[in-house]
Amino acid sequence: MLDNYLPILIFILVGALVGVGPLAIGYLLGPRRPDAEKDSPYECGFEAFETARLKFDVRFYLVAILFIVFDLEIAFLFPWAVALDELGIFAFWAMVVFLGILVVGFIYEWKKGALEWE
Amino acid sequence: MIELWNALPVVIQILLKITAILLPLLALVAYYTYAERKVIGYMQIRVGPNRVGWRGLLQPIADAVKLMMKEIVIPTKADKTLFLMAPMIAIAPAMAAWAVFPFDEGLVLSDINAGLLYVLALSSLGVYGIIIAGWASNSRYALLGSMRSAAQIVSYEIAMGFALVGVLVAAGSLNLGDIVDAQRGSALTWFWLPLLPLFGVYLISGVAETNRAPFDVAEGESEIVAGFHVEYSGMGFAVFFLAEYANMILISALTALLFMGGWLSPLPHAWVEGTWLLDDGFHWLLLKTFFFMFLFLWLRATFPRYRYDQIMRLGWKVFIPITIVWILVVALAVVYRLPPWWSA
Repeated sequence: MLDNYLPILIFILVGALVGVGPLAIGYLLGPRRPDAEKDSPYECGFEAFETARLKFDVRFYLVAILFIVFDLEIAFLFPWAVALDELGIFAFWAMVVFLGILVVGFIYEWKKGALEWE
Repeated sequence: MIELWNALPVVIQILLKITAILLPLLALVAYYTYAERKVIGYMQIRVGPNRVGWRGLLQPIADAVKLMMKEIVIPTKADKTLFLMAPMIAIAPAMAAWAVFPFDEGLVLSDINAGLLYVLALSSLGVYGIIIAGWASNSRYALLGSMRSAAQIVSYEIAMGFALVGVLVAAGSLNLGDIVDAQRGSALTWFWLPLLPLFGVYLISGVAETNRAPFDVAEGESEIVAGFHVEYSGMGFAVFFLAEYANMILISALTALLFMGGWLSPLPHAWVEGTWLLDDGFHWLLLKTFFFMFLFLWLRATFPRYRYDQIMRLGWKVFIPITIVWILVVALAVVYRLPPWWSA
């Protein structure tokens, strides 16, 4: 069983090499002539107005939290989905209750406007 | 020949198999960029690249060589380590996801039972590359682009995950090979028909997940210049580019596998015994994958870009309700073994 995961591990390492290899080639073949103007951040030709560490819009934070909640929900749905055929109608109703509670939360955040981007 | 193969150490065998998957994949990625310019060219009644090599066939090679010769500019205030690591983090999962991908009956590098979960996990990892790239550049537009992109990817990942739950309910297994087997029959028993709403959601989420038009606000060349990879030049940019196209190919191949019967022939099995072209096989998977890859280009040539609030509305307010309802419908159909798909 665990044998099957050795190729995956090696594949991930090779995949990382696919990323490192081209960069190394570019580093070797390309020129390296840094200068202050070239290395300044690109803001359509202007000098950077202020630092890029700008104020953080709270909506991104909200989306991230909703993502965590729903991703957890998916984590609970996966085993249910695979085993549903054997578990039958009782498992179906159990999941309806679980989804029902989450849908109540979903409706709440919808009505609260957490999903709005004006 | 087989004795020679068996005499090799296991790690070498695995490495050779990985090479056999990756080299054609990388060639496909390179020529996908050429195909994109050619296809969109023809859709706009012009010819696309046709100067380098016969009919422009050497164009991707010329592009690659050009990018190799370019300087990799590292902005002054950038976090150098993370800046250089980000492309690698973006491309490694796009490649490694193929480790569990079955190309034909039993033709898979690693036949794990949690196949779909692994693919989902790896496709989520790509977003780290984008966030790190945007943050490490220490540039306004790069940061904005990466935040948008991350929020968008994360939102559509929910819809995608729900659509996959529907596939799991229908197939009863996480193993990608078993999922294809569960679709055996004819083109009408493939999951696209009983799971039609989920098929649509998965496909459109796939387009959004890969930051492709019409959901490419993260790149937004007319407002935030190129999003998370503004500051990348030369091979740094090329690796992100490759990762994006590799992800498009992965999504196309997964759609073919999960909803369009993978390597199964569209005709009922009783009709086609004997003719290799109509029998099940890798060629069918390739054809279906090419169709969805073409669809990506077609969408780009056809639709104007969505606005960001529209994207978020589509992801949360349209796709998630649709998928939740349809999961329950499919679950009932499976529990009560509704014909014609789940009799027996």
